[in-house]
Amino acid sequence: MDLVDVAITFAVALGAFALWLVGTALLIWGERRVIALMQTRVGPNRLGPFGLLQTVADGAKLFFKEDIAPRNIDRFVYLGAPFVSATVALVTFAVIPYGGTFQVSGREVTLQVWDPNIGMLWILAMSSLGVYGIFLAGWSSGSKYPLLGGVRSSAQLISYELAMGLSLAAVFIYAGTLQASQIVANQQIPLFELGPIAVPAWHVVPMLPAFVIFFLTSVAETQRPPFDLPEAEGELVAGFHTEYSGAKFAMFFLAEFMNVITFSAVMVTLFFGGPSGPLFGPGWLQALLPTVYFIAKVGIFLFVFIWLRGTLPRMRYDRLMDLGWKVLLPLGLFWVLATGFAVVLRTSTDQGTVLRIAGVGAGVALLLYLAAPLLARRPRRDTQPEPEPEPKFPTPSR
Amino acid sequence: MFNALRKGFGLTFRTMFRPAATTQYPDVKREVQPRFHGRHVLNRYSDGLEKCVGCELCAWACPADAIYVRGADNTPDERFSPGERFGIDYQINYLRCIFCGLCIEACPTRALTMTHEYELSGDSREELIFTKEQLLAPLPAGAKPPPHTDTEVVARGFAYYEGDAAQEPTRGWRTTDQGGQAQSSGDPVTVDIGGGRTEPPSHPEHAQRNGR
Repeated sequence: MDLVDVAITFAVALGAFALWLVGTALLIWGERRVIALMQTRVGPNRLGPFGLLQTVADGAKLFFKEDIAPRNIDRFVYLGAPFVSATVALVTFAVIPYGGTFQVSGREVTLQVWDPNIGMLWILAMSSLGVYGIFLAGWSSGSKYPLLGGVRSSAQLISYELAMGLSLAAVFIYAGTLQASQIVANQQIPLFELGPIAVPAWHVVPMLPAFVIFFLTSVAETQRPPFDLPEAEGELVAGFHTEYSGAKFAMFFLAEFMNVITFSAVMVTLFFGGPSGPLFGPGWLQALLPTVYFIAKVGIFLFVFIWLRGTLPRMRYDRLMDLGWKVLLPLGLFWVLATGFAVVLRTSTDQGTVLRIAGVGAGVALLLYLAAPLLARRPRRDTQPEPEPEPKFPTPSR
Repeated sequence: MFNALRKGFGLTFRTMFRPAATTQYPDVKREVQPRFHGRHVLNRYSDGLEKCVGCELCAWACPADAIYVRGADNTPDERFSPGERFGIDYQINYLRCIFCGLCIEACPTRALTMTHEYELSGDSREELIFTKEQLLAPLPAGAKPPPHTDTEVVARGFAYYEGDAAQEPTRGWRTTDQGGQAQSSGDPVTVDIGGGRTEPPSHPEHAQRNGR
């Protein structure tokens, strides 16, 4: 570890930082433009070419605005919450590989800030920490709407984290590793050859249900429409950040959009081969192409996020909870079991035993499923409707 | 379910390639409807005389109390309108005006009409109270700015209230005057505006103006 190593590490970290920050600015601009197109409008188009500088102007405005804080806040928590959100959003993408490997002065440089062997667990851990930013913000604001928004969002995030964790677990079982670089490498072996083109074994093919669950939960985790109930403006003003203004609001805003990019990047890493793609051309192009592929793949997912927002109305809260707990969670559980079974079956030497155990398990499960209605005590339902109460309004005396 | 998803997402996707309904407003301005209620204008006859006779009917009609008019008498030497009186002061407060057009309906001489101009914004109250100078239509080509003398006016021999010298009300504010076209019916009785029929000035303001 000498000076060059340190410099390279810094350069890679800065590269990721720049990619995500510029990406966030572009995402905010792109979202406004694309949504506008979907609504036969134009969107911001006046500042800079195609209005590209609009986000910069908005950001500058936010940072120079008067810093307003309500009187009955818990000051320490109130000021800390935006930092929690922003910091968590900024460190989450550290484990995501955003480019290929190339040589700089005889050293191998991988465009990934940090490649721990717990890898994707870092993502889960940090996205769970993000709840604190939101909930503390809602609680410390000292008013009703932010509190309701905070409660809603923590309930939503915790519910959907379960299904998200399960979908990731299925991928980890399948890939046999948690390390992001390993997961990406696993997806580069060709699934089958189609003439000269080798179709890579992207996890989206064998792990399609896990991908669907992960996609839906990541929309909920980033609190994007149609799951943006924590900031349902018709009901909660602006949700947890109602009482925030200026730079503190900007941090929440930044964190929100940065999380969208991070989750898109996680999807690309886990299911779509990360920065891999066909390499060609001279050396510098080969070094650059993975980053281009990565940005293109992430860009497609960002578009889908925006597309969802342009198309779907906001869900009702009970339906959101139903989807999380009654559909995605059982589906995730089932898929983890199925993946585990498949992996064990593939690796074990005594496949007959595995199949027999699985058969017994499936039989017991089926029995339990059939017996459950008999065993569970049914809630008593009164068949007689409540009699209409006599009208209590004053009637003229006779 | 999948058909519904296809329909919904297809709709938004297809809409992306449809032209935007937005007008690039400050760069491109859309033509307004012919009877659009824009800011007011005080029209003139083609010889330059003002149509306003200072009757204050517009001010009385105004539901928002946005118009202030003060009339004064014409004199044989200083004639501003073909009538007996003219509006010596005329103000419209655009902070109050609701652009209902009742003043236009009230005006007996078609002096007050509305233009197509809608860009009415300002930084101060004063800026948005329009005075007579701002509201008066530009002089038609070749016309003499009032006051005219009665001799001049009689020499022209116009029966103003029968449509002589009438002009199409100004629509676009800064457009050049088209002139000429007679006004249709609806104007009050013709009065002989010939010399000597106007009463001598009695209003103190009037005397002061004449003395100047």
